[in-house]
Amino acid sequence: MKHLSEYRDAGLVGGVLSEIERTVTQPWVIMEICGGQTHSIVRSGLDQLLPPEIELVHGPGCPVCVTPIELIDKALAIASQPEVIFTSYGDMLRVPGSGRDLFNVRADGGDVRVVYSPLDAVKLAQDNPDRQVVFFAIGFETTAPPNAMSVAQAKKLGLKNYSVLVSHVRVPPAMHAILGSPYNRVQGFLAAGHVCAVMGYWEYPPIAERYRVPIVVTGFEPLDIAQGILETVRMLEAGKVGVGNAYARIVTEAGNQPAQALIERVFENCDRKWRGIGVIPDSGWRLREAFAEFDAETRWDVADIQPQESPLCIAGEILQGLKKPLDCPAIGVECTPEHPLGATMVSSEGACAAYYRYGRVPEAG
Amino acid sequence: MCLAVPGKVVELHEANGLLMGTVDFGGVQREACLEYVPETQIGDYVIIHVGFAISQISEQEAQETLALLREIADFESEIGPEGGVA
Repeated sequence: MKHLSEYRDAGLVGGVLSEIERTVTQPWVIMEICGGQTHSIVRSGLDQLLPPEIELVHGPGCPVCVTPIELIDKALAIASQPEVIFTSYGDMLRVPGSGRDLFNVRADGGDVRVVYSPLDAVKLAQDNPDRQVVFFAIGFETTAPPNAMSVAQAKKLGLKNYSVLVSHVRVPPAMHAILGSPYNRVQGFLAAGHVCAVMGYWEYPPIAERYRVPIVVTGFEPLDIAQGILETVRMLEAGKVGVGNAYARIVTEAGNQPAQALIERVFENCDRKWRGIGVIPDSGWRLREAFAEFDAETRWDVADIQPQESPLCIAGEILQGLKKPLDCPAIGVECTPEHPLGATMVSSEGACAAYYRYGRVPEAG
Repeated sequence: MCLAVPGKVVELHEANGLLMGTVDFGGVQREACLEYVPETQIGDYVIIHVGFAISQISEQEAQETLALLREIADFESEIGPEGGVA
């Protein structure tokens, strides 16, 4: 398929890997931000083909993983209301709240449906005027334009039975949190290509300057990732600080202007709690006052929920690049995709799920 | 979540006041919202995330990148996998 298969060419990937080997002279720790990249890396075995000097650590770019447990519990409570059709991207259904998930709610008679696009949820609201349709609007910057469009569209259509449970997060504040940590090991970043397709990369030079790191916008196919690593290693070896773009066919510095304009109209910045990590200041988006009528959190009074996390799960440390999935004694034993203790084992972008699925967990073999 | 797939725009239409299109993914066709890529013409390649085009693919940038990476790979095949060029 055009613009896809050419970036899976083993010969080209091998050539770039050899160039990385020729370039590297000392150990470097590089973080890929995005969970989609983590899966591509583990699936293709890129991490095992790199020279031993280069260690890849996996970042927090998995929205399903970082959605706070309190919000999952709210979703479970709202989805249990008889008048509600609760809609979500498929990944969220098996994420454990305090002991239950959305599949359990559905098994108990709740009307929980997976949608491909938030516009499908808006259509459901149009087609079911006697029901309340709630959409679980999670995601990073990539998913904000579609989610924002659904709210703008509901307002334009005058829908009174559509609302969104918002858990939007942004990448740059998470990079600040990781690089500013006293335990930080990350020396260079592969920035998430599709986040940058929307936002551009104009936000990154101040981060690169402040923490003296290279940041390279990187795509998702093996050749894209190899190219991103090569550019990062070249900058590290040359002592260069700054922002590179190894995904120029998709990403421009300015990003997608119409998408940024609608995000700005619908959302405003807020502090946001990240599951396993804690509150990161200014790291989220919430609905602006002009769209408050579409906020599911105020439409249903589900404020007093005391969440309970599994004491075994180390997802928070994994999401910050402090530990890796095989450092967890529960992986493949107490924690499997069928019985996940934390969201990193559930999501199609979770680092633990990648290690389990692609045969890196001995017990799972 | 941030996965997005490249596809070719094969048709344009409007629905509920939004610019929509049919996008072909190597034979499989789906409707997508094109509001965020308003300049898109039939035949252009876009990248689709949860039913929305979030970027148009630059053919020129794609070819330039591939040419550059092929040069690196060709260099590799000339000198062999062990490297050794001073």
